[in-house]
Amino acid sequence: MTDTDGRRWHDMGGQTAGPVPLDEHDHALWEKRVDALMVLCSGKGLFTVDGLRRALEDMGEDAFERHSYYERWIAAVNQNLVEAGVYTLAELGARMHEVAARGETYAQVNDG
Amino acid sequence: MAERVRVKTWMPPGHVRAPAYLRGKTGVIERALGAFGNPEQLAYGLPAEKQPLYRVRFSMAEVWGAGAEVSDDTLDAEIYGHWLERV
Amino acid sequence: MPHDHPDHAGISASGHPFRPDNDTPLTYWQRMEVAVRELLIEKGVTTPAEIAAQIDAMDARTPANGARVVARAWTDPAFKARLLADGSAACREMDFDIGALNLVAVENTDDVHNLIVCTLCSCYPRNLLGLPPDWYKTREYRSRAVREPRAVLREFGVELPAQTRVRVHDSTADMRYIVIPARPPGTEGMDSTSLAALVTRDSMIGTGLPRCP
Repeated sequence: MTDTDGRRWHDMGGQTAGPVPLDEHDHALWEKRVDALMVLCSGKGLFTVDGLRRALEDMGEDAFERHSYYERWIAAVNQNLVEAGVYTLAELGARMHEVAARGETYAQVNDG
Repeated sequence: MAERVRVKTWMPPGHVRAPAYLRGKTGVIERALGAFGNPEQLAYGLPAEKQPLYRVRFSMAEVWGAGAEVSDDTLDAEIYGHWLERV
Repeated sequence: MPHDHPDHAGISASGHPFRPDNDTPLTYWQRMEVAVRELLIEKGVTTPAEIAAQIDAMDARTPANGARVVARAWTDPAFKARLLADGSAACREMDFDIGALNLVAVENTDDVHNLIVCTLCSCYPRNLLGLPPDWYKTREYRSRAVREPRAVLREFGVELPAQTRVRVHDSTADMRYIVIPARPPGTEGMDSTSLAALVTRDSMIGTGLPRCP
């Protein structure tokens, strides 16, 4: 049994941490698309930026450590779109399966 | 004279934008920013009441005590009115 | 430069995993992005053209935009006053498409150095400056910038005099922040185009200083 002070993992201000890693990367096309989907869907009122953040926070610390920024973003965008009823989990599952069957790289599974 | 406010020490779970390290800390209102939808409702897809939002300035000494790098350095954060109490 | 690393499956010298790229095996998350995008298009929520236009709009937002704003503030005192009073209005006055951005500009002087962070996520004035650098989103920066800003600044190569007051701004809610760095010495007489070339991205976050001519 462990108690908690209620502080959530994402609330990082003042915590002990190491040197700031200064390496940077260019955004891949799929990451730019995730960003665009978030902006467009929130702009159309399907969810809010706070809804996106809520889903990111609820994914937990393990997701923060294991997955990249836009990996977490597409998961959070999807969570909000499912909650908004834009598509069903069955539709998503079937489409992801179909996408996987198209090829082995991101370039291969996209049209054009 | 600048208005002194303290951030509430509440610790509810869920989507909250008052950072934990400032809860219970006292600062001064640097400026009022107007009213914005309450993120604690927006995050759950609910209709959001407008809440007044303030930029509150804290001294590093107030926030970190003796552990502050330089006590007179400052920390500003935006805090919604329902998380503040007058001191 | 995503292809410069020696080992795709490994960990970089700094101990961080490499990011998946277009030519690496398709990941679960990439499949999800393709599927979500296709479903949104099929259901009429968006179109391929709208997505492409949004990507182009984001790509067009770069630190060069902020640099132009800063250079104008350095050369036009009345503009600087308007920028400090209402950052968003001042950017729109220069015809930048910043959408719903609520921008607060904070000014570095001989006595004050400002530093921007978002401890709760990674809020950034992306509608002016484009997407934030990776380090801005890390646990290390988010955790430490509010508690030991001077130590963090030293890691970025910025050593501040003890008498300079550091003001850290935590972007916790609806505002986004840009630092107007102090105009470097030796720039008298330079035009705003030349001045803008001195303004780096990091100098507008507060983790850097402008270049000197």
